[in-house]
Amino acid sequence: MIYFLCFILFSIGIYGVLVKRNIIKLIISTMILNYAVYILLVLMGFRWQGQAPVFAADQGIGFMVDPLPQSMVMVSMIVGLAVTALLVAVAMRLYQEFKTFDLKAIIKTKIKNKPETDDNA
Amino acid sequence: MIELYILLILMIIGAVLALEIKDLLSAVIITGAVGLCLSAAFLLLKAPDLAMTQLIAEIVLVIILVRATISSDSRVEQSKRNHGTFVCVLISLSLFLGASGYVIAKLPIFGKPLMRISRTYLSEALFQTTVSNAVAAITLDYRIFDTFVALVALFTGVIAIMALSGPKSNNSNKK
Repeated sequence: MIYFLCFILFSIGIYGVLVKRNIIKLIISTMILNYAVYILLVLMGFRWQGQAPVFAADQGIGFMVDPLPQSMVMVSMIVGLAVTALLVAVAMRLYQEFKTFDLKAIIKTKIKNKPETDDNA
Repeated sequence: MIELYILLILMIIGAVLALEIKDLLSAVIITGAVGLCLSAAFLLLKAPDLAMTQLIAEIVLVIILVRATISSDSRVEQSKRNHGTFVCVLISLSLFLGASGYVIAKLPIFGKPLMRISRTYLSEALFQTTVSNAVAAITLDYRIFDTFVALVALFTGVIAIMALSGPKSNNSNKK
Protein backbone atom coordinates (compact mmCIF):
# COMPACT_ATOMS: atom_id res chain seq x y z
CA MET A 1 0.00 0.00 0.00
CA ILE A 2 2.77 2.43 0.93
CA TYR A 3 4.66 1.50 -2.24
CA PHE A 4 1.55 2.46 -4.22
CA LEU A 5 1.73 6.03 -2.89
CA CYS A 6 5.28 6.26 -4.27
CA PHE A 7 4.01 5.07 -7.65
CA ILE A 8 1.29 7.75 -7.54
CA LEU A 9 3.96 10.40 -6.84
CA PHE A 10 6.02 9.04 -9.74
CA SER A 11 3.05 9.19 -12.12
CA ILE A 12 2.36 12.81 -11.08
CA GLY A 13 5.95 13.59 -12.12
CA ILE A 14 5.47 11.83 -15.47
CA TYR A 15 2.21 13.76 -15.99
CA GLY A 16 4.06 17.04 -15.41
CA VAL A 17 6.84 16.13 -17.84
CA LEU A 18 4.37 15.14 -20.56
CA VAL A 19 1.72 17.87 -20.25
CA LYS A 20 3.38 21.06 -18.98
CA ARG A 21 4.88 23.57 -21.44
CA ASN A 22 6.63 25.87 -18.97
CA ILE A 23 10.32 25.09 -18.41
CA ILE A 24 10.18 25.79 -14.66
CA LYS A 25 7.25 23.35 -14.38
CA LEU A 26 9.28 20.73 -16.27
CA ILE A 27 12.18 21.16 -13.82
CA ILE A 28 9.76 20.80 -10.89
CA SER A 29 8.36 17.59 -12.46
CA THR A 30 11.83 16.07 -12.76
CA MET A 31 12.47 16.96 -9.10
CA ILE A 32 9.24 15.16 -8.14
CA LEU A 33 10.32 12.09 -10.17
CA ASN A 34 13.62 12.13 -8.25
CA TYR A 35 11.82 12.30 -4.89
CA ALA A 36 9.53 9.38 -5.76
CA VAL A 37 12.48 7.12 -6.64
CA TYR A 38 14.43 8.11 -3.49
CA ILE A 39 11.56 7.39 -1.13
CA LEU A 40 10.74 4.08 -2.87
CA LEU A 41 14.34 2.83 -2.55
CA VAL A 42 14.59 3.83 1.11
CA LEU A 43 11.19 2.27 1.90
CA MET A 44 12.40 -1.04 0.45
CA GLY A 45 15.23 -1.13 3.00
CA PHE A 46 13.11 -0.34 6.05
CA ARG A 47 12.69 -2.82 8.91
CA TRP A 48 10.00 -2.79 11.58
CA GLN A 49 11.44 -1.51 14.89
CA GLY A 50 14.69 -0.92 13.01
CA GLN A 51 17.55 1.28 14.16
CA ALA A 52 19.76 3.63 12.16
CA PRO A 53 22.75 1.75 10.66
CA VAL A 54 25.34 3.17 13.04
CA PHE A 55 27.47 0.79 15.10
CA ALA A 56 27.20 1.41 18.83
CA ALA A 57 28.07 -0.63 21.88
CA ASP A 58 24.50 -1.69 22.70
CA GLN A 59 23.24 -2.21 19.14
CA GLY A 60 22.88 -5.57 17.43
CA ILE A 61 23.28 -6.05 13.70
CA GLY A 62 19.93 -7.82 13.43
CA PHE A 63 17.93 -4.67 14.22
CA MET A 64 19.49 -2.31 11.70
CA VAL A 65 17.71 -1.07 8.58
CA ASP A 66 19.27 -1.90 5.21
CA PRO A 67 22.21 0.52 4.61
CA LEU A 68 22.76 -0.37 0.93
CA PRO A 69 19.74 1.53 -0.57
CA GLN A 70 20.59 4.46 1.68
CA SER A 71 24.12 4.74 0.29
CA MET A 72 22.81 4.37 -3.29
CA VAL A 73 20.23 7.13 -2.73
CA MET A 74 22.91 9.35 -1.17
CA VAL A 75 25.06 9.13 -4.32
CA SER A 76 22.11 9.61 -6.68
CA MET A 77 20.94 12.63 -4.67
CA ILE A 78 24.19 14.47 -5.41
CA VAL A 79 23.94 13.63 -9.12
CA GLY A 80 20.27 14.73 -9.12
CA LEU A 81 21.30 18.08 -7.63
CA ALA A 82 23.85 18.58 -10.44
CA VAL A 83 21.32 17.60 -13.14
CA THR A 84 18.65 19.97 -11.80
CA ALA A 85 21.18 22.81 -11.56
CA LEU A 86 22.14 22.11 -15.18
CA LEU A 87 18.47 22.26 -16.23
CA VAL A 88 18.06 25.60 -14.43
CA ALA A 89 21.16 26.93 -16.23
CA VAL A 90 19.67 25.89 -19.59
CA ALA A 91 16.34 27.52 -18.64
CA MET A 92 18.04 30.80 -17.68
CA ARG A 93 20.03 30.79 -20.92
CA LEU A 94 16.82 30.25 -22.92
CA TYR A 95 15.21 33.11 -20.99
CA GLN A 96 18.13 35.38 -21.92
CA GLU A 97 17.64 34.55 -25.58
CA PHE A 98 13.84 34.46 -25.88
CA LYS A 99 12.52 36.41 -22.84
CA THR A 100 10.02 33.69 -21.97
CA PHE A 101 9.84 30.32 -20.18
CA ASP A 102 7.08 29.01 -22.46
CA LEU A 103 8.35 26.24 -24.75
CA LYS A 104 5.62 26.81 -27.37
CA ALA A 105 6.49 30.50 -27.68
CA ILE A 106 10.19 29.62 -27.97
CA ILE A 107 9.51 27.17 -30.81
CA LYS A 108 7.30 29.77 -32.55
CA THR A 109 10.06 32.41 -32.36
CA LYS A 110 12.57 29.88 -33.61
CA ILE A 111 10.44 29.06 -36.68
CA LYS A 112 9.86 32.75 -37.40
CA ASN A 113 13.61 33.53 -37.37
CA LYS A 114 14.62 30.44 -39.28
CA PRO A 115 16.11 32.06 -42.46
CA GLU A 116 18.44 34.17 -40.32
CA THR A 117 19.58 31.48 -37.93
CA ASP A 118 20.18 28.90 -40.68
CA ASP A 119 23.49 30.51 -41.68
CA ASN A 120 24.77 30.73 -38.15
CA ALA A 121 23.90 27.17 -37.31
CA MET B 1 3.68 4.20 10.81
CA ILE B 2 0.70 6.52 10.34
CA GLU B 3 2.99 9.57 10.21
CA LEU B 4 4.79 8.12 7.19
CA TYR B 5 1.47 7.82 5.35
CA ILE B 6 0.61 11.41 6.31
CA LEU B 7 3.96 12.67 5.01
CA LEU B 8 3.60 10.78 1.73
CA ILE B 9 0.05 12.05 1.17
CA LEU B 10 1.28 15.58 1.95
CA MET B 11 3.99 15.10 -0.66
CA ILE B 12 1.43 13.97 -3.25
CA ILE B 13 -0.86 16.95 -2.51
CA GLY B 14 2.15 19.30 -2.69
CA ALA B 15 3.27 17.82 -6.02
CA VAL B 16 -0.20 18.28 -7.57
CA LEU B 17 -0.41 21.85 -6.23
CA ALA B 18 3.09 22.72 -7.49
CA LEU B 19 2.23 21.51 -10.97
CA GLU B 20 -1.22 23.10 -11.21
CA ILE B 21 -0.69 26.50 -9.56
CA LYS B 22 -0.30 29.39 -12.02
CA ASP B 23 2.27 31.51 -10.19
CA LEU B 24 5.77 30.10 -10.82
CA LEU B 25 7.28 31.47 -7.58
CA SER B 26 4.59 29.76 -5.47
CA ALA B 27 5.20 26.53 -7.38
CA VAL B 28 8.91 26.67 -6.52
CA ILE B 29 8.19 27.32 -2.82
CA ILE B 30 5.69 24.42 -2.71
CA THR B 31 8.33 22.14 -4.25
CA GLY B 32 10.63 23.16 -1.42
CA ALA B 33 7.94 22.11 1.07
CA VAL B 34 7.65 18.72 -0.70
CA GLY B 35 11.40 18.23 -0.37
CA LEU B 36 11.32 19.09 3.34
CA CYS B 37 8.52 16.50 3.81
CA LEU B 38 10.83 14.00 2.08
CA SER B 39 13.61 14.92 4.51
CA ALA B 40 11.29 14.29 7.49
CA ALA B 41 10.22 10.96 5.96
CA PHE B 42 13.89 9.92 5.70
CA LEU B 43 14.30 10.73 9.39
CA LEU B 44 11.31 8.50 10.22
CA LEU B 45 12.78 5.73 8.04
CA LYS B 46 15.99 5.75 10.14
CA ALA B 47 18.17 7.37 7.48
CA PRO B 48 19.64 10.44 9.22
CA ASP B 49 22.49 10.93 6.71
CA LEU B 50 19.99 11.08 3.87
CA ALA B 51 17.76 13.50 5.80
CA MET B 52 20.65 15.95 6.22
CA THR B 53 21.79 15.63 2.60
CA GLN B 54 18.23 16.11 1.33
CA LEU B 55 17.75 19.17 3.55
CA ILE B 56 20.88 20.87 2.19
CA ALA B 57 20.24 19.88 -1.44
CA GLU B 58 16.63 21.08 -1.21
CA ILE B 59 17.55 24.49 0.16
CA VAL B 60 20.24 24.96 -2.51
CA LEU B 61 17.79 23.96 -5.26
CA VAL B 62 15.05 26.28 -4.00
CA ILE B 63 17.53 29.18 -3.89
CA ILE B 64 18.66 28.46 -7.48
CA LEU B 65 15.07 28.12 -8.75
CA VAL B 66 13.90 31.30 -6.98
CA ARG B 67 16.88 33.12 -8.52
CA ALA B 68 15.77 31.83 -11.94
CA THR B 69 12.09 32.78 -11.58
CA ILE B 70 12.26 36.04 -9.63
CA SER B 71 14.24 37.87 -12.31
CA SER B 72 11.73 37.02 -15.02
CA ASP B 73 8.90 39.36 -15.98
CA SER B 74 6.52 36.61 -17.09
CA ARG B 75 6.14 34.95 -13.72
CA VAL B 76 2.59 33.71 -14.35
CA GLU B 77 2.22 30.60 -16.44
CA GLN B 78 -0.04 31.15 -19.45
CA SER B 79 -1.05 27.80 -20.85
CA LYS B 80 -4.14 26.56 -22.55
CA ARG B 81 -4.73 22.92 -21.80
CA ASN B 82 -4.79 20.64 -24.80
CA HIS B 83 -7.64 18.27 -23.93
CA GLY B 84 -6.61 15.48 -26.32
CA THR B 85 -3.11 15.23 -24.85
CA PHE B 86 -4.50 15.49 -21.33
CA VAL B 87 -6.92 12.57 -21.80
CA CYS B 88 -4.26 10.41 -23.51
CA VAL B 89 -1.77 11.04 -20.70
CA LEU B 90 -4.39 10.30 -18.02
CA ILE B 91 -5.36 6.99 -19.68
CA SER B 92 -1.74 5.84 -20.05
CA LEU B 93 -0.94 6.85 -16.47
CA SER B 94 -3.91 4.89 -15.11
CA LEU B 95 -2.65 1.88 -17.11
CA PHE B 96 0.79 2.44 -15.56
CA LEU B 97 -0.69 2.56 -12.05
CA GLY B 98 -2.69 -0.61 -12.72
CA ALA B 99 0.41 -2.43 -13.93
CA SER B 100 2.36 -1.24 -10.89
CA GLY B 101 0.22 -3.60 -8.79
CA TYR B 102 2.11 -6.54 -10.32
CA VAL B 103 5.46 -4.86 -9.55
CA ILE B 104 4.46 -4.19 -5.96
CA ALA B 105 3.55 -7.86 -5.52
CA LYS B 106 7.12 -8.82 -6.53
CA LEU B 107 8.81 -6.36 -4.14
CA PRO B 108 9.83 -7.46 -0.63
CA ILE B 109 7.10 -6.86 1.97
CA PHE B 110 7.33 -3.48 3.67
CA GLY B 111 9.25 -3.80 6.94
CA LYS B 112 11.07 -7.02 6.01
CA PRO B 113 14.04 -6.15 3.77
CA LEU B 114 15.97 -8.80 1.84
CA MET B 115 19.44 -7.77 3.10
CA ARG B 116 21.26 -10.45 1.12
CA ILE B 117 24.35 -8.31 0.48
CA SER B 118 23.98 -5.87 3.34
CA ARG B 119 24.19 -8.61 5.96
CA THR B 120 27.82 -9.21 4.99
CA TYR B 121 28.51 -5.50 4.93
CA LEU B 122 26.93 -4.98 8.34
CA SER B 123 28.74 -7.87 10.02
CA GLU B 124 32.18 -7.02 8.60
CA ALA B 125 32.16 -3.23 8.15
CA LEU B 126 33.32 -2.32 11.64
CA PHE B 127 36.34 -4.63 11.52
CA GLN B 128 37.31 -4.10 7.89
CA THR B 129 36.87 -0.32 7.63
CA THR B 130 36.79 0.84 11.29
CA VAL B 131 34.01 3.29 10.36
CA SER B 132 31.11 3.28 12.80
CA ASN B 133 28.56 4.61 10.28
CA ALA B 134 27.56 1.79 7.94
CA VAL B 135 26.25 4.11 5.20
CA ALA B 136 29.55 6.02 5.09
CA ALA B 137 31.48 2.73 5.09
CA ILE B 138 29.51 1.41 2.10
CA THR B 139 29.53 4.69 0.14
CA LEU B 140 33.19 5.53 0.66
CA ASP B 141 34.80 2.11 0.98
CA TYR B 142 32.92 -0.89 -0.42
CA ARG B 143 31.32 0.99 -3.33
CA ILE B 144 33.90 3.71 -3.86
CA PHE B 145 33.95 3.20 -7.64
CA ASP B 146 30.22 3.94 -7.85
CA THR B 147 30.82 7.14 -5.90
CA PHE B 148 33.78 7.96 -8.13
CA VAL B 149 31.72 7.67 -11.34
CA ALA B 150 28.94 9.72 -9.75
CA LEU B 151 31.49 12.43 -8.94
CA VAL B 152 32.65 12.37 -12.59
CA ALA B 153 29.00 12.97 -13.60
CA LEU B 154 28.77 15.78 -11.02
CA PHE B 155 31.84 17.57 -12.37
CA THR B 156 30.65 17.12 -15.95
CA GLY B 157 27.45 18.91 -14.91
CA VAL B 158 29.46 21.70 -13.28
CA ILE B 159 31.54 22.16 -16.47
CA ALA B 160 28.35 22.31 -18.56
CA ILE B 161 26.83 24.91 -16.21
CA MET B 162 29.99 27.05 -16.42
CA ALA B 163 29.94 26.80 -20.23
CA LEU B 164 26.28 27.83 -20.33
CA SER B 165 26.49 30.76 -17.92
CA GLY B 166 29.42 32.45 -19.65
CA PRO B 167 29.13 35.67 -21.66
CA LYS B 168 26.76 35.72 -24.62
CA SER B 169 28.05 34.13 -27.78
CA ASN B 170 28.55 36.00 -31.06
CA ASN B 171 25.54 34.25 -32.59
CA SER B 172 23.11 35.85 -30.17
CA ASN B 173 24.75 39.28 -30.41
CA LYS B 174 24.16 39.40 -34.16
CA LYS B 175 20.37 39.07 -33.83
